[in-house]
Amino acid sequence: MNEPQRPDHWLALPATIKLLWRIFIVVLVVLVLAQAFIYIKGYFGVDGWFGFGAVFGFLSCLAMVLVAKVLGYVLKRPEDYYDDGKSDV
Amino acid sequence: MTMGKAMFELIPPAIFMIVGALLIGPARGHLRTAILLAAPLVTLWFIWHVPNGVAYDIGFLDYRIEPLEGSEVRRLFATIFALMAFVGGLYAFRQAKWYELSSAYAYAAGAIGVSFAGDLITLFLYWELMALFSTVVVWCGGTPQARRAGIRYAIMHLLGGVILKVGIEGVIVHTGSIDVRPMLAHNFDSWMILTGILINAAAPPVSAWLADSYPTSSATGSVFLSAFTTKTAILALILLFPGEPVLIGIGLFMVMYGIIYALLENDIRRILAYSIVNQVGFMVCAIGIGTHMALNGAAAHAFAHIIYKALLFMSAGVVVYRTGFNRCTEVGGLFRTMPLTAICGIIGALSISGFPLTSGFTTKTMISQAAADESLVVVYMLLAAASAGVFLHAGIKFPWFVFFQRDSGLRPKDAPWNMGAAMVIFSVLCIVLGVAPDLLYRFLPYPVEYQAYTPGKVLFYLQLLMFSGLAFFLLLPLMKRTETISLDTDWLWRVLLFKLTVRGYRLATAAGNAVSVATSTALLQLRNMAQRYLGSSSRQPRPGVFTRAWPIGVTAMWIAVLLTAYILVYYF
Repeated sequence: MNEPQRPDHWLALPATIKLLWRIFIVVLVVLVLAQAFIYIKGYFGVDGWFGFGAVFGFLSCLAMVLVAKVLGYVLKRPEDYYDDGKSDV
Repeated sequence: MTMGKAMFELIPPAIFMIVGALLIGPARGHLRTAILLAAPLVTLWFIWHVPNGVAYDIGFLDYRIEPLEGSEVRRLFATIFALMAFVGGLYAFRQAKWYELSSAYAYAAGAIGVSFAGDLITLFLYWELMALFSTVVVWCGGTPQARRAGIRYAIMHLLGGVILKVGIEGVIVHTGSIDVRPMLAHNFDSWMILTGILINAAAPPVSAWLADSYPTSSATGSVFLSAFTTKTAILALILLFPGEPVLIGIGLFMVMYGIIYALLENDIRRILAYSIVNQVGFMVCAIGIGTHMALNGAAAHAFAHIIYKALLFMSAGVVVYRTGFNRCTEVGGLFRTMPLTAICGIIGALSISGFPLTSGFTTKTMISQAAADESLVVVYMLLAAASAGVFLHAGIKFPWFVFFQRDSGLRPKDAPWNMGAAMVIFSVLCIVLGVAPDLLYRFLPYPVEYQAYTPGKVLFYLQLLMFSGLAFFLLLPLMKRTETISLDTDWLWRVLLFKLTVRGYRLATAAGNAVSVATSTALLQLRNMAQRYLGSSSRQPRPGVFTRAWPIGVTAMWIAVLLTAYILVYYF
């Protein structure tokens, strides 16, 4: 602890993270707007809608995280649940 | 000369891996390394010289055994198994125990043997070889957890083997044929075979064996385990059950199961284990669809999957090896000192997510295309949702929690050179197959009429994946790692069945005790009676009723009484 505080890795600096977030948001916007120029062939109609991939990707992830969260209340157990010495001879 | 050469090529390639596995034990030092690296390459050479069709048959009992049958899809799987053994051997040889390496090679030999099995009996023998030596690889984890998980693993696979064997016997008895050929699950025999194979594919309801055992193996062992068992099951399904509709539903369930459980998980390698189930689900679903496009997709995806999944396990293995930690909650911020491991891990993670320019994109999208071609709208949508989910649970979650997240303060060294080299080889392969998919497409079982890269498709998947990424970072508070495990169906036998057994045992003991108390009481009473009437021991203070010395008068009186009774009985 006597060592002088060395600056952290550049990738971990708050400024970098802020910049990365901005780039990320720009990329997201560009990806949706690009659909105005690039034709996405919809196999079932609905998947050719403007921004369908973006909305569908986001909502499926939201649904899966929420389902996992709810199931977690039922399924999660302490790590030593099985290893309390009862199950071994 | 040509005759001799031809004979030479008729040796089943698996034999060379078995010989390699046997020699690893006695060999030492550089010789062992040479054997370790040469055996898979020699095997690979022979794999590529296996002719199409049944090479020859051998009489065994009343059957014609066909140990060597070649085809495009068989060679493709055998190739990736041998390649996996080579790169896995390179990854492990300086860190793993010799018996782990030897077992891993015997295990790979089993997978290669199954690939070329022309008949069900040969297939079954190699199947069991895999079960045995993969169990040893699990045990090489060396911890009490690994020992217990290995026993559970062995029970599950031996049970699966018995079910498979029952099916095979049934098919032999009812059809008289032992050939490996396409069938549908329409009777008891074929259902048994299908069930036996699906157990190895980690299908529901027994998916739990995979996530239970693989993460307990050693840092190097899990790399081998990730490759062979489930993918051999995929090959067996392609050969035996193409187009079996029940597989579509099973596959979709596995896909979702893998995602949900991986999201709940804290153990680094268990996250990856659940994502094996998820990825194998894509392949099982494709085999269920059963068109040429779908089967090509399943085969290509299996090939690509072995590479990026092993790469992910290698990356995780280096972390476990260097830090000794297994959990997301214990690590974090490791990119600072482990850049190579982090970059290779990220390449594996992007590949499994099917990011454009990686092998996952060029193979997994074939399966989605097959679903679209068959107008299976629900399947297509669920696979698209699952692709987003893969990015969520493996693509970002794995690298984020291990290499970024927070600074855990750990500053471990990067990978040892051999582990690094293995990771680089597989990383390069992930990208090469993503950039130039035709390299793989030409070896698929059916002619490929598929354009992997069209601007529209790339844009669609980029939207899907990048917005999944957005969802991940926005929902991070909901995904806080907890130091927990998640219950699975194995709870039924690990807890419920165990408790019932204990209770049953206690009940039986109590009943047994009651019976033995009753018996001994009865015996005691009998003994007392006997002593009372017949006892003559001198130690007794008073002899038994019938052994006492009675006075003459008493005896005469009793005789008179008896005679009177006799006369009375006689007359009436």
